Amino acid sequence: MIQVPDKNGRFGSFGGRFVPETLMNALIELEEAYNKFSADPAFQKEVDYLLKQYSGRETPLYYAERLSKHLGEAKIYLKREDLNHTGAHKINNAIGQGILAKLMGKTKVIAETGAGQHGVATATVAALLGMECKVFMGEEDTRRQALNVFRMKLLGAEVIPVTSGSRTLKDAGNEALRYWVSNVEDTFYVLGSAVGPHPYPMMVRNFQRIIGDETRRQILEAEGRLPDLLVAAVGGGSNAIGMFYPFMEDEQVGMIGVEAAGKGVDTPFHAATMSKGTQGVFQGSLSYLLQDEHGQVQEAHSISAGLDYPGVGPEHSYLKDVHRAQYVPVTDDEALEALKLLCVTEGIIPALESAHAIAHVTKLGPTLTKDDIVVICLSGRGDKDVESIMAYTEGAGK
Amino acid sequence: MTTETTNRMDLTFRKLKEEGRTALIPFLTVGDPDLETTLAIIAELEAAGADILELGVPYSDPLADGPVIQRASSRALRGNIHLRTCMETALKARQAGSKLPFILFTYYNPVMQMGLDNFFSLLDAHEISGLIIPDLPVEESADMRERSRTAGVNLIPLVAPTSSERIARIVSGASGFVYCVSSLGVTGERSSFHTGVDEFIASVRQATDLPVAVGFGISTAEQVARFARICDGVVVGSAIVRKVEDVIPLLDNPATRSEGLLQIREFVAQLKP
Repeated sequence: MIQVPDKNGRFGSFGGRFVPETLMNALIELEEAYNKFSADPAFQKEVDYLLKQYSGRETPLYYAERLSKHLGEAKIYLKREDLNHTGAHKINNAIGQGILAKLMGKTKVIAETGAGQHGVATATVAALLGMECKVFMGEEDTRRQALNVFRMKLLGAEVIPVTSGSRTLKDAGNEALRYWVSNVEDTFYVLGSAVGPHPYPMMVRNFQRIIGDETRRQILEAEGRLPDLLVAAVGGGSNAIGMFYPFMEDEQVGMIGVEAAGKGVDTPFHAATMSKGTQGVFQGSLSYLLQDEHGQVQEAHSISAGLDYPGVGPEHSYLKDVHRAQYVPVTDDEALEALKLLCVTEGIIPALESAHAIAHVTKLGPTLTKDDIVVICLSGRGDKDVESIMAYTEGAGK
Repeated sequence: MTTETTNRMDLTFRKLKEEGRTALIPFLTVGDPDLETTLAIIAELEAAGADILELGVPYSDPLADGPVIQRASSRALRGNIHLRTCMETALKARQAGSKLPFILFTYYNPVMQMGLDNFFSLLDAHEISGLIIPDLPVEESADMRERSRTAGVNLIPLVAPTSSERIARIVSGASGFVYCVSSLGVTGERSSFHTGVDEFIASVRQATDLPVAVGFGISTAEQVARFARICDGVVVGSAIVRKVEDVIPLLDNPATRSEGLLQIREFVAQLKP
């Protein structure tokens, strides 16, 4: 594999920095600060300390024996990112960017959020570091994820409902970028996924790679060898890239990113960017994108607010095109069935996002053999989703 | 700018310089509220003394725009207005007698989807003199610059108060004019500008021989006059788009349509420096 990204933030032809000129200096300043501090052992020590003592890392790599037996012969492990403080992998990145913001002398942070997990993680870190925090969230999502809105407010953050466009994650991202353009001199934008203009996709990946680094060590300890397959949900793709990245050179390790097919990839109601998208520029980078023939970005649909996004991180587009990773769609219904299955076989309620990854493994089940080892990234816990699951199963869902 | 230029925008700036005037550059979202009205508004803007016109291509995710232009974009998109339609509108305006140089203001993605070959082959035949692509910083624009030069179209660079040492690189090899962003933030009317905006514009002037224009947030005659003293062009966008929005009920009713158009003309006429 060639080293990605290059100095212009390109992963192959993907990525880059397609933003208004007003932001360019801020992005360059951010890149320089990140390069400087990430090479500084003191920075890494502070991040590591908080990941361990505050977030509770390392997270377990749990052998899901009952799920494995239910599905067939393969051994299925779950990387328990749901056991992080705040309930998802998002805190890994929020801690990293939060400390970076502090070292850069910024006193205010902003974030976009879909399901609310990244918003909660950022609000949490802002409280911890004594910073002012504003979270942009699509109005539709504030309704779907009311509990997380309340959580962010408890943590002292201001939640700004976004009423433009489809009122979901994509619009929250637009609004956060617009706010940042206006307040770039004292505000740090804590971007939550491996998307956006360079250096975010690289930086978020590097803050999330702890998922894969730990998994590698843990599976070698448990099994004495590397897994055959890694499976992770992909919205923007931060948990997936964090899981995949440390295995990139291990050619025997397969990688599958699972995207949201909503009501089906043949309906207009999905978020299957890799399966149905084409190359385009969106929110600062070139990647696969759900768009019409005129280049207007289309609205995505998924039961999972965290996957309800028409774009995808540029490194995933690159991995798809060089055939290092495979990307597959899973529908709302399949994800819900998988969620219920994990509840009754393992006593774990996964986030709807993570349930997509589990669903794909349930489909693979019969094709796997007793020699296969599969690791699923259980990116978050499902408490936040209980209400929308209830609504959906009672037929009141969207 | 070579002396034998035939680019309509370059000729306009040359003439204005001889006359010692500053260009008034209004912005319109094409297709807001519909194409026929856009053509009628273009005629009104010309009558009101506009020197150059920015034609905004509606886009689903206009990152550099504030709420006023976002709403205008949404209205236009409901009418199925796209990049190609906007180019055709420029041509129709020309055929209807407009002498204004037209600048196409579009985000990059619609251009990319049309295909750069296709896009550049259409510009000249559609009477487009310049391009503004707000999400294409100099780092990403090498190919577009080269193609613009070949096509004889000006790719107008934006410089921001935060550009500082980037200014020299951005303006080197630019054509048409240099567009100074008056303040941090998205488009939209505002009462104050970035502190140090005058020093910023002065530093841009030092870095280039091209005409220098200013935009973002300029909405009143006083503000136009303030910047006209130090710039070769002043762009007024959201304030005009808001005026259009305000008079949509008048425009929609045949009995009051001419009154609506007149209000737009009067608004723009009083901005004239």
